[in-house]
Amino acid sequence: MNAPNPRAATTGMCARTALLTIEGLTIEARTGTGWSEIVHGVDLTLRRGEILGLIGESGAGKSTIGLAAMGHARDGCRISGGAIRFDGIELRTASEATRRALRGRRIAYVAQSAAASFNPAHRLIDQYAEAPVLHGVMRRAEAERDAAELYRRMRLPNPGEIGFRYPHQVSGGQLQRAMTAMAMACRPDLIIFDEPTTALDVTTQIEVLSAIRDIVRRFDTAAIYITHDLAVVAQMADRIKVLLKGREVEEAPTRRMLAAPREAYTKSLWAVRSFVRAPRPAPAPRATPVISVERVSAAYGRTPVLEDVSFDIHRGQTVAVVGESGSGKSTTARVITGLLPPSAGAVRLDGEVLAPRHGARPRQALRRVQMIYQSADTALNPKQRIREILGWPVQLYCGLKGKAREARVRALLEMIELDPDRYIDRLPGELSGGQKQRIGIARALAAEPDFIICDEVTSALDQLVAEGILRLLDRLQRELDLAYMFITHDIATVRAIADEVVVMQAGRVVEKGPKDAVFTPPHDPYTALLLASVPEMDPGWLTRVLAARDRAQP
Amino acid sequence: MKTLWLMILGRLGLGLATLLAISVIIFSAIEMLPGDLAQEILGQSATPETVAAFRSELGLDRPALERYLDWAGGIATGDFGTSMASRRPISELIAARISNTLFLALYAAAISVPLALVLGLLAALYRNSVFDRLANVTALSSVSLPEFFLGYILIFVLAQSGLFPAVADVTAEMPLGDRLYAAFLPALTLTLVVTAHMMRMTRAAIINLLASPYIEMARLKGVPRGRVILCHALPNALAPIINVVAVNMAYLVTGVVVVEVVFVYPGLGQLLVDSVAKRDVSVVQAASLIFAAAYVLLNLAADVLATVSNPRLVHAR
Repeated sequence: MNAPNPRAATTGMCARTALLTIEGLTIEARTGTGWSEIVHGVDLTLRRGEILGLIGESGAGKSTIGLAAMGHARDGCRISGGAIRFDGIELRTASEATRRALRGRRIAYVAQSAAASFNPAHRLIDQYAEAPVLHGVMRRAEAERDAAELYRRMRLPNPGEIGFRYPHQVSGGQLQRAMTAMAMACRPDLIIFDEPTTALDVTTQIEVLSAIRDIVRRFDTAAIYITHDLAVVAQMADRIKVLLKGREVEEAPTRRMLAAPREAYTKSLWAVRSFVRAPRPAPAPRATPVISVERVSAAYGRTPVLEDVSFDIHRGQTVAVVGESGSGKSTTARVITGLLPPSAGAVRLDGEVLAPRHGARPRQALRRVQMIYQSADTALNPKQRIREILGWPVQLYCGLKGKAREARVRALLEMIELDPDRYIDRLPGELSGGQKQRIGIARALAAEPDFIICDEVTSALDQLVAEGILRLLDRLQRELDLAYMFITHDIATVRAIADEVVVMQAGRVVEKGPKDAVFTPPHDPYTALLLASVPEMDPGWLTRVLAARDRAQP
Repeated sequence: MKTLWLMILGRLGLGLATLLAISVIIFSAIEMLPGDLAQEILGQSATPETVAAFRSELGLDRPALERYLDWAGGIATGDFGTSMASRRPISELIAARISNTLFLALYAAAISVPLALVLGLLAALYRNSVFDRLANVTALSSVSLPEFFLGYILIFVLAQSGLFPAVADVTAEMPLGDRLYAAFLPALTLTLVVTAHMMRMTRAAIINLLASPYIEMARLKGVPRGRVILCHALPNALAPIINVVAVNMAYLVTGVVVVEVVFVYPGLGQLLVDSVAKRDVSVVQAASLIFAAAYVLLNLAADVLATVSNPRLVHAR
């Protein structure tokens, strides 16, 4: 063992000086009447080559702070106080030209949705080369060669060719890696990662995470990694800062933060995944299922999307349908509801075959199958008050009018734990995300259904709010003996609430059965991949999984 | 690319079908006009025998369907028939007029389209500034005034002072410079009428995109504001802009009637008005059909260009 070289240690120390210092940052957002503060004096220090994780629920100000680190505030926001110093330059007082010269060149940004953040009108390579050419770092031909090199490092297929495609010709996970490569184009000192894997499937997320981690380490780039997913941030960050409503809750090195959070709020975040619903008794062996999907195949135009899909859902049970995007989960729901007639097979409701088309089904059949959507924001008519949103299905399916209808709407609001007097006259815009989703649930209940399809109902919500929705759905299931088909890509949710699990891949069912059986080895290879891809809180998880994969495929 | 050609062929087919339907409508509308054409043309003093002879000469005594098929068949081979009033072939009458009308339309388009795009882009770049408001107010006022009124104002201001001729008398032999000079006032009138619409659509289409994540991304790459609008917003705003430009170009061809009359410009609109006054229905039919064809063709061109401007439609997955 050699003694550590003292000179190397000193230069190492020097290189680790602060790159970015934010002090007392306050940011205001425009409201109807004036400006209100949304970030209340946040401090932040980032050294060269260091990765800081910013975590918190929506509204915590993570993205706003991340953008402020580039001296940028979104339309309707303004940086109202504090200092943002990047490598000795005060970004708040710097001229627009100075900030523009830094952006893309020394500070780069990776957005949440690569699909939306790549310009659909230009090829990837044009967008890659734009910043280096504009900032005078490289000429176009060099940028193209460099792009191929970085695409290779990001483990994109055909790195020499993929840049010449348009964004719509590249998958989401590949786009996210191409965007990280684009951020790297000028070899910046700092990259802001704004939830870069939130929109991805777990199996894709793991690849993007490892590619990001490798490239950031390779070029010794400092990064701010913004996410709401603790397990993800645990893999990426050296330090973690927890935010709540624009204030810092606490900050600590990753391992210490995970092992011993100090604040109650942090502990509550750490504990969210603790909800597990009591298992239901298995259905009687001969019982008729409420919904039975029998050998269903379906296609969009000539593209087949479902092939020979079969499963049953029994009264009082929750069947979780899991799989990546494009695996056919939502299409199966569309076939069950009659929105997409199957090309083969049938759907039975209590043993009776349902008409393939929605319009050909009797109203009583329609009433018994209801749906709750992923995005309550867009699933509720913004111009209707809660009274109308819930009153309409009550009147349509149950024939109630006038006072009886009003009483039923109030009863529904009580069932979803919202005070009727306070909420019945509100518009969806006057509700929080969780409350909107509760209205979505009440609207499904208004029809007095036997079976509800829950399509990713918690994936747009913060973990604490999501847990509340899961508890509510569980209570309603017990009280009303409802059957749920729970579409999700979140394995943690499946573990918490499912009785049975159906694993789908590329339009087929690859594995199905009681939860314990599916989650206990031996697994189908795809199920195994899916399960192994779910991030764990342990900071060594990603390294371990990747090592295991390397061993499996030398 | 093959799908693109197929699409163009399909649209052309649809366009032809539309024109066929329009020809039926035009023909039946004129059939339904009250009064007897031969009587109108010959005047009150004509004897019943002369009228009957004239009717059979014009073929008006034959059944309507037969006459329609004759007419439509003639057009398909490029023969628009003969004028009832002047007894000359309609194609001859129209040929000179149509090139005048197209000249005026192109002239106005050459001024108004670039003007509208540049103003729209600048208004989007400096939105809510004094420039933006001024451009909007000016454009909206000019579009709100009826075109004959605009024409008379221009004559009052620019022709009374002797700067430009009030009567846009162009002939085929004129050199290009003289023609442009002679037709300046009608072209300016048309420009004032169509610019506002295109400018406001350009501005709105671009501003609509400014909240997109890819625009924010471009800014965060350090791209200057002007380049963001020109290179990142405009290519994605092309489809709506192209459509509005096409509608306005079609208007430049078909909507010139009033302007041609005000400036006594020898175009197709002027001919149409004269022929209506003279009850020369065969010319009215032919002119209406040409106007309809201009609309159909320009909309077709807009569809194709909007498709080509969208890589998602040109480059399959």
